[in-house]
Amino acid sequence: MTVAVFFGCTFIAFGPAVALFVFTIARDPLRVIFLIAGAFFWLVSLLLSSLVWFITVQISNKNSATQQTGLLIFGVVLSVLLQEAFRYGYYRLLKKANEGLLALSQEDTMPISIRQLAYVSGLGFGFMSGAFSVVNILSDSLGPGTVGIHGDSQHYFISSAFMTLAIILLHMFWGVVFFESCERQRWWGLGAVVISHLVVSCVSFVNPHYQGSLIPTYIILSVMAAWAYLCAGGSLRNLKLCLTCKDKDFLLANHRPR
Amino acid sequence: MNTSDSEEDSYNERSALVQCESPTIPSYHQDHDMSLPQETDTKRGRPVSSGLDEPGLVERERAATPDGEEEELTLKYGAKHVIMLFIPVTLCMVVVVATIKSVSFYTEKTSQQLIYTPFKEDPNSVGQRLLYSLLNTIVMISVIVVMTIILVVLYKYRCYKFIHGWLILSSLMLLFWFSFMYLGEVFKTYNVAMDYPTLAMIIWNFGVVGMICIHWKGPLRLQQAYLIVISALMALIFIKYLPEWSAWVILAAISIYDLIAVLCPKGPLRMLVETAQERNEPIFPALIYSSAMVWMVGMADSNNPDSGEQHLFILFFFIIYKHFSNILVLFTKRGVKLGLGDFIFYSVLVGKAAANGGDWNTTLACFVAILIGLCLTLLLLAIFKKALPALPISITFGLVFYFSTDNLVRPFMDSLAAHQYYI
Repeated sequence: MTVAVFFGCTFIAFGPAVALFVFTIARDPLRVIFLIAGAFFWLVSLLLSSLVWFITVQISNKNSATQQTGLLIFGVVLSVLLQEAFRYGYYRLLKKANEGLLALSQEDTMPISIRQLAYVSGLGFGFMSGAFSVVNILSDSLGPGTVGIHGDSQHYFISSAFMTLAIILLHMFWGVVFFESCERQRWWGLGAVVISHLVVSCVSFVNPHYQGSLIPTYIILSVMAAWAYLCAGGSLRNLKLCLTCKDKDFLLANHRPR
Repeated sequence: MNTSDSEEDSYNERSALVQCESPTIPSYHQDHDMSLPQETDTKRGRPVSSGLDEPGLVERERAATPDGEEEELTLKYGAKHVIMLFIPVTLCMVVVVATIKSVSFYTEKTSQQLIYTPFKEDPNSVGQRLLYSLLNTIVMISVIVVMTIILVVLYKYRCYKFIHGWLILSSLMLLFWFSFMYLGEVFKTYNVAMDYPTLAMIIWNFGVVGMICIHWKGPLRLQQAYLIVISALMALIFIKYLPEWSAWVILAAISIYDLIAVLCPKGPLRMLVETAQERNEPIFPALIYSSAMVWMVGMADSNNPDSGEQHLFILFFFIIYKHFSNILVLFTKRGVKLGLGDFIFYSVLVGKAAANGGDWNTTLACFVAILIGLCLTLLLLAIFKKALPALPISITFGLVFYFSTDNLVRPFMDSLAAHQYYI
């Protein structure tokens, strides 16, 4: 266990996200700033939902386990709704800021497009969400212990890692789809994002029956990935051109021979 | 952005640390004219904090850009400066958190305290603890105020040689003594057998290169690394020797003091900055180290058999050190400057968050809060274009998030993790 599990789970959970960060965001300071701001917004939403949950727990019967679980479920649903609300709030803030910057700079183009902001903010939300979900678990995995000694599942760590991976990527896709829906005034898109987030969270209630939670999550992940790809302007044709190295614009931009 | 990259490459050790008294290069950008008066401030702050910013050659671009692009460039370079500050702040925090989590020495509570926090907190009585931490804070802040005034007076009467000597002596103690102590604790933690000659060689090299880099010339990255290490060492000592509650109250009080000292027209720091500005001098950082040394020498005479007391003396200098270096958040042609004191206090906050139990969520929350505070401070700096205190916003956010995450978010996330629910 210990070090091997720690590194394995860390790389599973954060590998793709960190790769995305390093290759697409790290070079551009504006994007890094908006990523961190996105993380901050997620944090504030978590704070508010924790506050509400805490208050409800204080006024409830602490001895009744079912009531506590019920309150926890309520907390989860509230947290999801607040996260999406803060995502919307962040969208409005970015729009305002972008418009301000545009007016200030008398330029035709904004320094960072709303689509990039969607991606970056989604990833920011994802990073923070993933980190808060899994970092304590990872640090516990470093220490001595036996997993599932009281009859719990043996796959606690690895399932947490995979779930976290899914959540981080989902946040990113949700960000893209959400902002695109807001831009195009397609409110059903917003609703779909909120509902899929709720589904993913609620499906985790069946844990430790991981087949019941991980599989639907990953199905939703693939659907959202495809949707986000389409929102970002991708298409089957683009994909084919990219994979067969025939995309002329991309090749020219990277100075590669065809 | 390509031009700026090449500019950075051409910056070498010759130009890295020179205390230049040459006048500022006149800006060809209309919007940067406002930063000229602060240029002199920067030069002053430079040897202390200059390591931490990239030489803002990005602003000395020879490309004559049309007006319309200026604002976009300003925005991009503004963002670049923010990142140039994020990186060293993050590195300092990482070093402090890594040390706190691995070396138990810095989290062991000792009965000795600094003489600047004379009241011992009694863990049993809440009211008394609160009262004593307030008293400790008052003592510490008054000590800082007194030393500031002495420093301003010394500077006004131009006792430069004196000050320089003290500066060198005090950074000498920091680079050799603190790092020796740190290394000793790390070796103890990892059970590494080390002989004294090897250790002497390591510490000697580390210290001498540090002195050269900080006070004379050196590769920029090395200087930045040394300043980060110094700030981290200081923060660790602070974390160890400040009593629990006093530390939090002191953090809050220091940010309020920072606000007052920098922004009030009669504030001592402001007077210092203005005096230096009038004289167009870059000697400011020397002052930071100097007055601390007076007290350090003075204190050493008292009888203190306990070897731990030495830390107390050294700490004093650090207080002053932090005090002066912390005001400077200046946006200038050479980039943004952030005082080392700010690094130290940010790291103290995050380090204390890390020291408190095994919860990483609190540490992460404080980290993000501080970065956002820094971002907002820099935004205000870009809007108001004058020296601003760097502590208030970040420390406020940090404190708010620390207490709320520790008390509200932690139980929530722990319950979720126990059931493996995901939000």
